[in-house]
Amino acid sequence: MIAVAVTRMRDLFAAAMLFAIYSLLSAALFVLLDAGDVALTEAAVGAGISTILVLAVLTLTRRYEHSVHRVNWPALAVVSVTGLCLLWAVSDLPDFGDPNNPVHTHLAPYFINNVYSDMGIPNMVAAVLASYRSVDTFGEVIVIFVAGLAVYTLLSVPPPRRPRRKENDAKREEPPA
Amino acid sequence: MRNNGILRIVARFLIPLILLFALYIQFHGEYSPGGGFQAGVVFAAGWILFVLIYGLEAGLKVIPQRAMVVVMACGALLYAFIGILGVMLGGHFLDFAPLLPNAPKGAQQAGIILVEFGVGMTVATVVMLIFTMFAGRKSQIHLIDGIPDSEPMPYPDYRQHDGNNDRDTHRQPEVHD
Amino acid sequence: MEFLGHYNYYIVIVLMMIGFYVVIARGNMVKKIMGLNLFQTSAFIMFISAGKIIGASTPILRDGVDVYSNPLPHVLILTAIVVGVATTAVGLALTVRINETYGSIEDDLLSEEEPDEFELLPSGNRTPEKDTPES
Repeated sequence: MIAVAVTRMRDLFAAAMLFAIYSLLSAALFVLLDAGDVALTEAAVGAGISTILVLAVLTLTRRYEHSVHRVNWPALAVVSVTGLCLLWAVSDLPDFGDPNNPVHTHLAPYFINNVYSDMGIPNMVAAVLASYRSVDTFGEVIVIFVAGLAVYTLLSVPPPRRPRRKENDAKREEPPA
Repeated sequence: MRNNGILRIVARFLIPLILLFALYIQFHGEYSPGGGFQAGVVFAAGWILFVLIYGLEAGLKVIPQRAMVVVMACGALLYAFIGILGVMLGGHFLDFAPLLPNAPKGAQQAGIILVEFGVGMTVATVVMLIFTMFAGRKSQIHLIDGIPDSEPMPYPDYRQHDGNNDRDTHRQPEVHD
Repeated sequence: MEFLGHYNYYIVIVLMMIGFYVVIARGNMVKKIMGLNLFQTSAFIMFISAGKIIGASTPILRDGVDVYSNPLPHVLILTAIVVGVATTAVGLALTVRINETYGSIEDDLLSEEEPDEFELLPSGNRTPEKDTPES
């Protein structure tokens, strides 16, 4: 429901706030699904950082988006076809919460049994992240470093000197009454 | 924001607690949910709260932009250094066992702590740098255009308009000329 | 009943399709980026719900618990969340630059083929004498 509201809102500030609520709700969902680390990260990142970046961009661009008067039928058709294909593909997947999933029988028993004898730390997720799968974490550090560099490079160019054009003022939206 | 008494007092109380909590998550990541990423994001969120209350200039005096760029690179380099240290001492890349040859569990824990610290440094400084670039853009536009901003504020204006606070605006950094 | 066993996947598919619709059907770029984040979060929910075992608990070793949920999807999703915020940040930076150069972030205004109404704005690093808008 919140996702549908984010879709339909024209006021982007309210959409950003709803998006923060959506992130917080999914973090709560992660807690219910026994994922402590992931819930902490999603709450901090989704409800904190993403929201404030969207709000910062909203001060630099317009707050209201253009209104869409008609339903976009081709997009709706593509989305429905994709959804139906996914629904059909899901029927092959194992049930929710089944302990005999192939997911749970391949590598996970090795990790769960051997983390304490190999490393002596209780947090299995941190052990797998930093030691068993350390190269993936290295790649991720490089990714976020490159993202920081990219934003630094993109926004180091000084903004252009804007002549105030009359079309720009005419296109500016009035907030809906 | 600086003149709003409640926000200032609450922020003065909360910001050290947030930064301390970020360090707690960083170093306690082996025993409870946590680790490098969460700690980095929470630390950056604490700094962003400081900037929101006291202005971007004050925030950049605390942690200058040059320091952010340097620490960002240092975090990634620390991770790579630990990896190459593993190779130099006779193991694979990012192998923690040769770091302390007499204590296998201790070596893994030492490696994990150092690696997570590198990750936390990089993530915190990248998020702070991204926020600085976005927040500083508005004042750059003002400096180049030389005209006061006439965009409507992206939030409802709830300030009481008393005579001496008209220059105080939310999320627009103070420009001292 | 097999249908009831997959209800977590049905929820994920609904959220994913809503996010997908926002990305392709809305013109405003900030709204598109929010739709992309909706899509990403639904993918995370799918992975984490696939890793859950009913009756188990959080994968941190402690006394009194003998069945743990699978820690492997948690590791993958931690990386994915951070990559997601990196993508969002770069996308928003591009949006800011597009807005400064073209004056708008709506798709339908940017794809109009009317060059004289929509001149490229002069960039700030030319000297003032040569600083004329191209028409």
